Amino acid sequence: MTMNDSKPTPSADGLSAPYWEATARGELSIQHCTGCDNLRHYPSVLCPHCYSSDHDWIIASGRGQLHSWTVTHHSFHPAFSALLPYTLVTVDLEEGVRALGLLGDGVGQNLKPGMPLQARFQTRSDGFGDLIFDIC
Amino acid sequence: MKVRPKGSVTGIGETAYSRGSQISSLEYQLQASLMAIADAGLSPKDIDGVIPIGLTGAPAEEFITNLGIEDLRYSALTPMGGASGIAAIQTAMAVIEAGICKHVLIPSGRNVSSGASAGVRIHQMPQFHYITEYEYPLGAIAPAQLYAPMARRHMELYGTTSRQLAEVAVAVRTHALLNDNALMTKPMTIADHQASRMISDPFRLFDCSLESDGGAALIVSAADRARDMRTHPVDVLGIAEGHPDSPSAITHRPDMTRLGLAKAAPVAFEMAGVSHADIDVAEIYDCFTWVVLCQIEDMGFCAKGEGGAFVENGRLSLQGSLPTNTHGGLLSQAHMLGMNHIVELVRQLRHEGGKAQVKDATTGLVTGYGDLGDGAIAIMSRGMR
Repeated sequence: MTMNDSKPTPSADGLSAPYWEATARGELSIQHCTGCDNLRHYPSVLCPHCYSSDHDWIIASGRGQLHSWTVTHHSFHPAFSALLPYTLVTVDLEEGVRALGLLGDGVGQNLKPGMPLQARFQTRSDGFGDLIFDIC
Repeated sequence: MKVRPKGSVTGIGETAYSRGSQISSLEYQLQASLMAIADAGLSPKDIDGVIPIGLTGAPAEEFITNLGIEDLRYSALTPMGGASGIAAIQTAMAVIEAGICKHVLIPSGRNVSSGASAGVRIHQMPQFHYITEYEYPLGAIAPAQLYAPMARRHMELYGTTSRQLAEVAVAVRTHALLNDNALMTKPMTIADHQASRMISDPFRLFDCSLESDGGAALIVSAADRARDMRTHPVDVLGIAEGHPDSPSAITHRPDMTRLGLAKAAPVAFEMAGVSHADIDVAEIYDCFTWVVLCQIEDMGFCAKGEGGAFVENGRLSLQGSLPTNTHGGLLSQAHMLGMNHIVELVRQLRHEGGKAQVKDATTGLVTGYGDLGDGAIAIMSRGMR
């Protein structure tokens, strides 16, 4: 195994392109229905509320609350072995949608649902950004 | 019985399970199919419908080619992961009721030893494309990692403990020791579970199911026809599938502790005309221990949040009030996509359960779970001859 980052890379095409391109700028973008004003994440073709495909993108504040998590200890993929243990977090963003990210501090201590978190992006070797949440 | 059964399981087949096998997935499917067809007292030429299980399953054409089926009237796929087998029974019953088929073959088989790990396999499946695009790049690779936040959320909301998850693993292992076709052959204690290494918190090694090779198959026939067939008929009284909210990504599910089964179970119980107290034996999909506990809640055996207490004190054991996974389940028998759970329920209701037979079992249920939360349930009973 080399030290090269061989993490799975997103296709970043179609509806996912605007999301991933925003991560390269350090922005957490969320699809916004211009028909009925609802947000949806991950991006999808139709709004399930008004069935419109018309949309634009908002930039989320990155503020949110911890919803749930898992601390991974087992290596499921060689590109992540050196990072073990790492923590995946589900986070309720203040805009009203939930996001998956990595906890900035590998293994958080005394995690509790509702803890305030702040998003940032860490540049990947493919140029996009990994969504990281730090405990405030 | 008030309910007129619309279909019966008239044949079951199950190969020996192993790890590191050289036998191909297709050959396992064909072997299990021949066993199920013979069990039903049929010839391959009697099969007029095929619903292969799993997106990696062989297409219907392979069964025509290898089994010499001359006039296949119907084929379909039910891609719901571990819920596919029960969804296939539902589909088989519908096409039998519509007069399209008489005997539908539901084959499954896999050789995972020669292929990629589950963490790689799922990202080749179209129903996982949101996960593959948005979560895989972050290091969310395997089902254990995708499901663990559901269990963690349940623990935080309801106080569920790892020790309660261990109760599930121990009960199922105890049953596997009674099954000559189970991969796990050593006893497990609560302490063994608690000492097993952490995979993805809160899941320890002994919370996770096996990876295994083998095949299992079913024959579904019209209930009236089943009276005159070789084996004692096992009737499907109620059956339903259910899809969770946010089916494509667990991350966005409003209530992460509620599975598709929560929608399906009331439908199946009402269709069957039975109550929870009537269930003598339960074969509950157990890809992870917590998933068993959650399904027990979603089926209404207890309230949401009470599953942890429910599984304590040996309730899932053969001597308990809800004997569960009498074959050893995915956790300790083999991972055959839950088809082994269906085979086992039929065996129990035929009173062919061997050392794990639940005495006088007349009504039981089997569940399936897959693809991030899809659920299915079948309630079956020992039929009248």
